[in-house]
Amino acid sequence: MADTAYDLIVVGGGPGGYVSAIRASQLGLKTALVEAQHLGGICLNWGCIPTKALLKSAEMWHSLQRLDEFGLAADNIRFDLDKIVKRSRGVSAQMMGGVKHLLKKNKVTVIDGWAKLNGPGKLNVEKDGKAVGSFTAKHIILATGARARELPGLEADGKLIWTYREALVPDVMPKSLLVVGSGAIGIEFASFFNTLGADVTVVEVMDRVLPVEDAEISALAHKSFTKHGMKIHVKTTVTKLERGKDSVTATLDHGDGKTSQITTDRVIMAVGITGNVEDIGLETTGIKADRGHIAVDGYAQTGVPGLYAIGDVAGPPWLAHKASHEGIVCVEKIAGVKDVHPFATTNIPGCTYCSPQVASVGMTEAVAVDKGYKVRVGRFPLLANGKAIALGEPDGLIKTVFDDKTGELLGAHMIGAEVTEMIQGYTIARSLETTEAELIHTVFPHPTVSESMHESVLDSLNRAIHF
Amino acid sequence: MPITITMPALSPTMTEGRIARWFKAEGEEVIAGDVLAEIETDKATMEIEAIDDGILGKILIPGETDGVAVNTPIALILEEGEDVSSMDGFTANAPVVAVAGTAAESSPAPTASAPVAADPAPVATPVPTSGQRIIASPLARRIAADSGLDLALVKGSGPRGRIVKADVLGAQGTAKSAPAIPAAPATPVVIPPTSVEPTEIPLTNMRKTIAKRLVAAKQDIPHIYLTIECELDALLALRKQVNERRPDTKVSVNDFIVKASALALKQVPAVNASWTDTAVIQYNTVDISIAVAIEGGLITPIVRNADLKGLAAISAEVKELAGRAKESKLMPEEYQGGGFSISNLGMFGIKEFSAIINPPQSAILAVGAGEQRPVVKNGALSIATVMSCTMSCDHRVVDGALGAQWLAAFKGYIEDPLGMLL
Repeated sequence: MADTAYDLIVVGGGPGGYVSAIRASQLGLKTALVEAQHLGGICLNWGCIPTKALLKSAEMWHSLQRLDEFGLAADNIRFDLDKIVKRSRGVSAQMMGGVKHLLKKNKVTVIDGWAKLNGPGKLNVEKDGKAVGSFTAKHIILATGARARELPGLEADGKLIWTYREALVPDVMPKSLLVVGSGAIGIEFASFFNTLGADVTVVEVMDRVLPVEDAEISALAHKSFTKHGMKIHVKTTVTKLERGKDSVTATLDHGDGKTSQITTDRVIMAVGITGNVEDIGLETTGIKADRGHIAVDGYAQTGVPGLYAIGDVAGPPWLAHKASHEGIVCVEKIAGVKDVHPFATTNIPGCTYCSPQVASVGMTEAVAVDKGYKVRVGRFPLLANGKAIALGEPDGLIKTVFDDKTGELLGAHMIGAEVTEMIQGYTIARSLETTEAELIHTVFPHPTVSESMHESVLDSLNRAIHF
Repeated sequence: MPITITMPALSPTMTEGRIARWFKAEGEEVIAGDVLAEIETDKATMEIEAIDDGILGKILIPGETDGVAVNTPIALILEEGEDVSSMDGFTANAPVVAVAGTAAESSPAPTASAPVAADPAPVATPVPTSGQRIIASPLARRIAADSGLDLALVKGSGPRGRIVKADVLGAQGTAKSAPAIPAAPATPVVIPPTSVEPTEIPLTNMRKTIAKRLVAAKQDIPHIYLTIECELDALLALRKQVNERRPDTKVSVNDFIVKASALALKQVPAVNASWTDTAVIQYNTVDISIAVAIEGGLITPIVRNADLKGLAAISAEVKELAGRAKESKLMPEEYQGGGFSISNLGMFGIKEFSAIINPPQSAILAVGAGEQRPVVKNGALSIATVMSCTMSCDHRVVDGALGAQWLAAFKGYIEDPLGMLL
């Protein structure tokens, strides 16, 4: 009989769960992790990582279309969707193996099965209908993640109407595609299929694509997407999806009583996600999920002593790095590490790997103004950046929002080449509470796209050199 | 064994300094008396000199380094016959062999030399507070500076106690620093008998700080009060001449008072001092705090090295500091510290008053209005412009006779103002 009493049991092996478990073990807690399906969670297996693999293929494909521009030539260029997908799955498999190894190395016991709370501090785990065992733990972290949200009447069927799951392993290359929802997930798939030649239409209920981003960035993204052939309908809802033999006809409501119909080979539903709160025994602890999420404080405490929730199941932003960091704060608090600060969502960068890429941290200009800040805004177009032009990626903008009174960097918003790799610069700046003065005194290497981050800060004081 | 040069305490209040630059490079020969480096403190820029001959073996802390704590080893001097290998293991944290200046005699190294401050000579007084470098985020510093908050009063919640924005914002709610001195004794609150409800005015942070500091000063410091009358006619005549000569400066009577006080402090330095439980700290620079009334309270910007400055310089500096004080734009170092205070209510027609000492100082001069009064000179009644000044002294540091000595010196300068210009 295996050990059944732990200091900490983590339920869910995604980027929140496995990171928490490793950190707990580092801190000397006897730790177990229960995972029902695959270590690494959605992020590794059905999200962040495999989509990046797909998008890399799309990016290379896009480059191949532009060979002449770079003085190159090749004949008979084609792609093999199966191989693209296979590579993506291989990347996920490799990463999953890595997580397994890390957990083992850190002496975290991995329990294979579905965990269900049986009152505070107790868990029953079963696998394929058979009991695996009953476990007790002083502390239990729920890191059960989330899944695609479904809209009544517009449910995915996995064949013609996909969620991200099917979209990651397409059996055919759709000639036409309707993407419902223009958040990060929807736009990344739209970008992938559009680049590979599908006729892609995106429908967004809000008044702009990537609605959580700064309005200016959204507008530039919209322009860039349509330039690449995407059709975008904002302020539009899908009211009906009718499945045909090998196509779906969608009825779109554009507001003001105007409707239209569009028929596409496939539809991807990307209208947000909902927390996995069902069938985990939440009711045995007295906790109620609120709209698919478990409410927690800055240390991920649920209100029931010894029970915590992190990551997607604990609410937005639904990002892997949010889950990991929240888990670490939670575990360090449990272990009594000194000077643990409550988790705050204000410094979490967000990245969208569409083409061009979008990345941001902190407040948008509109939010800052709403909060009563007198803002100073810096803008620098990549068109004026030598490296971006050399890369052949001159579309883009670096926007910075400062508090006029204190010089605090309230937010940074970027669109263009490499920006997902650059946003951490501004994130560090925000974490360290630098003002525009320190950013200005920072030497940025030449020639890099990141120089435009410097110029944007300079521009906030009307001091940009190259624009 | 190489001689360790440490950051000298160039003044009793100095806890840290900036190494502005090194005049000697590593490997360069130094002869006693050579200037090794330039040190900047909050009060002055000074040079440290080599006492013994040798070779500057290693510079442990390079030039343009801020916030170097007193006694931190900053360089190693190799004596004759020592080679570079003898410095192995020395880092900026190496054990201190020779504490600058003061500890030279007790140093175990037989030939230990210690740098001396060119001016003034090092003094063997303890440093009153252990001011460590304040670790704060740039944003926290900016917000604190803008709001006049002293970061030394703020507890940091960031990594290793780093002060972050939230700490400053939190502190603004509780302990805004505005070291204040009284302009007049507080009047008891008497609510007039009326049927109308009194208005409750919430306490500002400045008000709370003023209250706290004044209560502490009045409770802890045994005040004595010494009043003297000074005739101003000669000073007024000189001021007229000065201002006619330089109409753009407009030197005020108060500027003369600052200068006269500074020179009197130079002449009677025992007044320029602070009480601590273990020693009396006597300052070697003359830094004068001047009470400035501002919206909702008062603040005391400091004219540093007032004894070394001319009237025009003092006048310009006071104007500039008072202007920024009224806009709450003073940096903490511009109002914290000082060895002596002046509070002048003459412009409000106050004849004379007694002020509360501004700790940790030992004396404050309360200046009344210059007015024409009948005076008896050589048995005859005549008219003179007379100003009453009352000095409040901390009796633990300044006895009555010492205070009187200072006032006599002060009166001497005021009544014979040409003496100030010499």
